[in-house]
Amino acid sequence: MATTRVLRRALPLTGAALLAFSGTASAAGDGDGKSDAPSEAGTSFRTATAIRQDQKATAEASTGDYLYWAFPVDTGQRATVHATVKLPEAAARHAASTWQVDVYDGLRRRQACRLGTPRKTVARDAASVSLSCSLRTVRAWSEQWANDPLPGTYYLRLTVTGLKADDLGLPVRAEVDVTATDAGGAQAVDGSLAEPLVPGAGSDDQRPAEVTEPEDGWSSGWWSSRWIWTGVGGVLAALAGVGGYALTRGSGRPAGVPQGR
Amino acid sequence: MITRQRPAAWALALLAALTAGLVTAGPAVADDDGDAPAQPSPKVELVLDVSGSMRARDIDGKSRMAAAKQAFNEVLDATPDEVALGIRTLGANYRGDDRRTGCKDTELLYPVERLDESGRTDAKTAVATLAPTGWTPIGPTLLKAADDLTDDTAERSRRIVLISDGEDTCQPLDPCVVAREISAKGIHLTIDTLGLVPDAKTREQLSCIAEATGGTYTSVRHTDELAGRVKQLVDRAADPVVTPVEAKGADRCAAAPELKSGLYTDREKFGEHRWYRVAVPAGKELRASVSVSADRAVDPDYGVLLRAETPNGREIVRGQESGDGRTDVISTGLRHPTPEADDEDEEAASETVCLRVSNSFSAPASVKKAPGLPVELAVDLVDSPDEASDVASFGLGHGWWLLGLLVLVGFVAGLVWGWLSRWRFAVWRTN
Repeated sequence: MATTRVLRRALPLTGAALLAFSGTASAAGDGDGKSDAPSEAGTSFRTATAIRQDQKATAEASTGDYLYWAFPVDTGQRATVHATVKLPEAAARHAASTWQVDVYDGLRRRQACRLGTPRKTVARDAASVSLSCSLRTVRAWSEQWANDPLPGTYYLRLTVTGLKADDLGLPVRAEVDVTATDAGGAQAVDGSLAEPLVPGAGSDDQRPAEVTEPEDGWSSGWWSSRWIWTGVGGVLAALAGVGGYALTRGSGRPAGVPQGR
Repeated sequence: MITRQRPAAWALALLAALTAGLVTAGPAVADDDGDAPAQPSPKVELVLDVSGSMRARDIDGKSRMAAAKQAFNEVLDATPDEVALGIRTLGANYRGDDRRTGCKDTELLYPVERLDESGRTDAKTAVATLAPTGWTPIGPTLLKAADDLTDDTAERSRRIVLISDGEDTCQPLDPCVVAREISAKGIHLTIDTLGLVPDAKTREQLSCIAEATGGTYTSVRHTDELAGRVKQLVDRAADPVVTPVEAKGADRCAAAPELKSGLYTDREKFGEHRWYRVAVPAGKELRASVSVSADRAVDPDYGVLLRAETPNGREIVRGQESGDGRTDVISTGLRHPTPEADDEDEEAASETVCLRVSNSFSAPASVKKAPGLPVELAVDLVDSPDEASDVASFGLGHGWWLLGLLVLVGFVAGLVWGWLSRWRFAVWRTN
């Protein structure tokens, strides 16, 4: 069972490596435009702008717009989204406003924030507002009834939730970026998805124009530091076994054994 | 057993690598020349209010009309080649006081077509001749503009950019209701609105129009803001996007439409239940997400429930979400993997899953309940996951306790083994 699973996990990896090879060749031809951070945001799940981790994306928008970005998070990562909104000039505003970031997974299920300030109310004369949301560790697998974060596309929605009607439609500038840390082998769980939770993963023609994928492809999920812990444990056990054995035998021959036997 | 499988594993990996190489080589070539014609060019219509109030000189010291003209010039220069662009005016011709005539005053200034060099010049010349004149018939103009954009049935994105400085003067036809009805036709039409130095009523009306179609509302106080925003909206229309297919859900599972993998739209009334069916082959995982948009003023607390059931009515899994406050959409999703087939009979069989979408939106009595709220349903079928057989990855261990235990057990085992062999040696010697 375990062997077949290693095999099944390794196969997509090989394919992905090849894809990556052919991908880099074509990406090089596209010019430098692709490496630039996006300066637009989508307005719905379907039109969300794809961004990568550690990429500062910006967007010009109007107060009241719903801004969507999509980014990939892989197994074992703890992602944090940061958003900063440069508010319209204070003279044009009439009251305090409340801003909010929401994060949704590839199935459009809302994800909880472990830490951070996903919602903040700012005074009328504030120049900007900063929001953040740290997601739970992304697991390789979870039961279908659970809402646990799984590897795949994540959506970030930034909007104003509390606003005096007079302040609607004023120009704002939003800046978002997504960072992630590795949770380590302690969080590695068994099982794996056949495909990451990416919209349209099952059929090519429904894939959104901008597909979110980690730069070096999705991890196959079989490697974790648990292999090292367990392996080192085995070696140490063997050494301790040899040590224990040697202890019973003393440093030389047992007493009473004649020479030369 | 494990060692025997290994050569087979390498052979398989090699085979997969080769196939992957072939597969990627194939479509990569087809993509370059196959993609462009497949996506019909997006259509955009700029609708400009040329009513008398556009004479007011309050945008950077210039009249609103002058600001709009300057912005149009910049936008026409910057319009991407693939976008078909048209211009319609409202209130440009009739100076009289007759309301009925004034409310019919709308004209297609420049037809919706892809702009070449001379086209851009023609369009600019046409805009230059405009002078602020008459009424503000927003509702009738939107209907006409929608007709301009839907002269064909191709699946393309359509966008109206409405620039106005005053509220509609042709009640009782509420432009907001008109916009919602246009949107319900399923023609992928978005209306973005821009208010020029708007008052409270104008802002309310324009933002209502935008909300009804999933568009955006902007209030403009400076010329550069106007040009920048319209350019941005036209560029947005040029972005390729997946267009959903219309699917009409039924009131019970038996009559429900059968959905394949894809993206669907529907309309669902307040408190209505809609059913869809998906046939999930053995060894596949069903992924379904649903989002219900709030395209009108709704009460502050709302929710959505997506339920997967067997045809007998047993619930398999559900996705649910609730929320409160200002929102554009509420969404949820679910996964339902089916086990691999054990024999060939089962392989051909597929499980029918009934999907039920319900919402708990409500609206104040003053808000029109028809047409229903827009629903977007994404259905995806992928291979089933590898179920976990242990909590930890492959059942492997982790941490200092594990190391300590292994060392201890190894040491004890070594001692016991040593004592045993000593004892055996002693027994052998005595004999």
